[in-house]
Amino acid sequence: MKQEEIQEKLSTAFSSEVIQAVDEFQGQIYVTVAQEKIREVCLFLKNDPDLAFDFLSFVGAVDKYPKKPRFEVVYQVYSLKRNHRFRIKALVDETEEASASIDSVVSVWPTADWHERETAEMFGINFNGHPDPRKLLLPEHWEAHPLRKDFSALGNDQDTPDLPPRVRN
Amino acid sequence: MPVTESLELNLGPHHPSTHGVFRAVVELDGEIVVNATPHLGYLHRGFEKTCENKHYHQVIPLAERCDYMGASSNSLVYCLTVEKLLGVEAPERAQVIRVMMAELSRIFSHLFWMGTHAHDVGAMTPLFYMLREREEIMNLFELTAGGRLMPNYLRIGGLIRDLEDGFVERLRAFTDHFDRRVDEYEELLTKNAIYMDRTMGVGILSKEDAIALGASGPMARASGINWDIRKSEPYSGYEQYDFDVPVETGCDVYSRYLVRIAEMRQSRRILVQTLEKLPAGPIRASKPGVIFPPQEEIYTKMESLIHHFMLVVEGLKPPVGEVYQCIESPRGELGAYLISDGGPQPYRLKWRAPAFVNLESLGRMSKGCFFADLIAILSSIDIVLAEVDR
Repeated sequence: MKQEEIQEKLSTAFSSEVIQAVDEFQGQIYVTVAQEKIREVCLFLKNDPDLAFDFLSFVGAVDKYPKKPRFEVVYQVYSLKRNHRFRIKALVDETEEASASIDSVVSVWPTADWHERETAEMFGINFNGHPDPRKLLLPEHWEAHPLRKDFSALGNDQDTPDLPPRVRN
Repeated sequence: MPVTESLELNLGPHHPSTHGVFRAVVELDGEIVVNATPHLGYLHRGFEKTCENKHYHQVIPLAERCDYMGASSNSLVYCLTVEKLLGVEAPERAQVIRVMMAELSRIFSHLFWMGTHAHDVGAMTPLFYMLREREEIMNLFELTAGGRLMPNYLRIGGLIRDLEDGFVERLRAFTDHFDRRVDEYEELLTKNAIYMDRTMGVGILSKEDAIALGASGPMARASGINWDIRKSEPYSGYEQYDFDVPVETGCDVYSRYLVRIAEMRQSRRILVQTLEKLPAGPIRASKPGVIFPPQEEIYTKMESLIHHFMLVVEGLKPPVGEVYQCIESPRGELGAYLISDGGPQPYRLKWRAPAFVNLESLGRMSKGCFFADLIAILSSIDIVLAEVDR
């Protein structure tokens, strides 16, 4: 299926409140969906016989600080059956009281497990309903989320306590 | 009533069979693995964060250090992604040489995998055999750009320089005898009763599980999935080459071995075709202000010198946008998701590392097997920890 046809199919299956934006760059179309509907959209992508997105390439996130909403969670999917790719996104934000959160898609694609664990620790986004929400790459006691834009690549004494001291400028 | 109690055993992080620093906590019932929980991150370098603070050109050597066993595959996927962002295509000659480098690195990676994997299951000899051919490939890499493990030869828009004199002849000599060398490895392992006993029916990953767990590359093809990105979504002119995609249905460690051995032969086939094809012409696309001008012009033309200087100092600035590009690396779907905000540094680079995703299926494959088999299964995944942890 062509990118336009996939997007068309998504737009007919879901209302305009769910499909928030459609963008295109260099022939790749990506659709922004409502964050509370993400699991539903993913299930549709996987189970629709024409789309049949049975393979999840990755789940990742983007920090758009200081823009609001702050985070984009990105899902890149592929269909082994139909040989097409597509990308969907959801916007999530954090508030003073609550951290950013979105539903986990591990129940849709089990491979999302590690991708979501990595995204969670790197950006501080909670994946609701994740079966194993431990840290993956970072030490348990770190509170920093290194891939956030306001985190310095050099780290600091509070957030990355066990790194050797070094010259910071 | 005998009391049974499960035993928790720590494997790694420093253990010869983990091929780097990988740690797993293994829960054992006698000698049977009940559960294996991987603990990653010992080699986490913050690759993605570092890239956000580098110019586009500076990412190439960093990318090669992710999967140092198939270094040119990494720079290939990165260059293709940036080229897609820019709307540039490398010239014909550069594409053919890129295929050469990618296939050499595939053989290089599979060779080393075979040697160390065989060593893990108790066969010492293949390791010494394969080092001989690996050395030949390293010499070829050295001839292109100086680096033996990580040649750092590809550039956005093409290559750093043309092939050195004598490269073609030496590559031809390599392709002439390589098939016979693969026969030699097969003599050591393929029908070796001990090797077959250790690997057949071990580490089963069904087709459904492989898809669900995101396995790609030889892991998926050993589970009966006929999928190779070189065929399904050709890049760098792969559609012009004649080669087969080896698929096995055993779903076990032995099948993964067979797939990789067959892939080495197919890579050799592709190499022979690149040598026949290799057209004359430029090795870098021409787009002033984005792609580095040819080296000779820098010394003779004022504009080229200025372009070169500006590119080094300020970096290239792609248009605002985002792309995902993937290739078939020796380990599977290697992808880069790159976002540009119009500035000289990538706004975000997400690295879809096949070793990271393939390792996820370790728990599924090792449940209920013998502890000794866990080592065979782990090595059959072909992990490179630098890529797993990034």
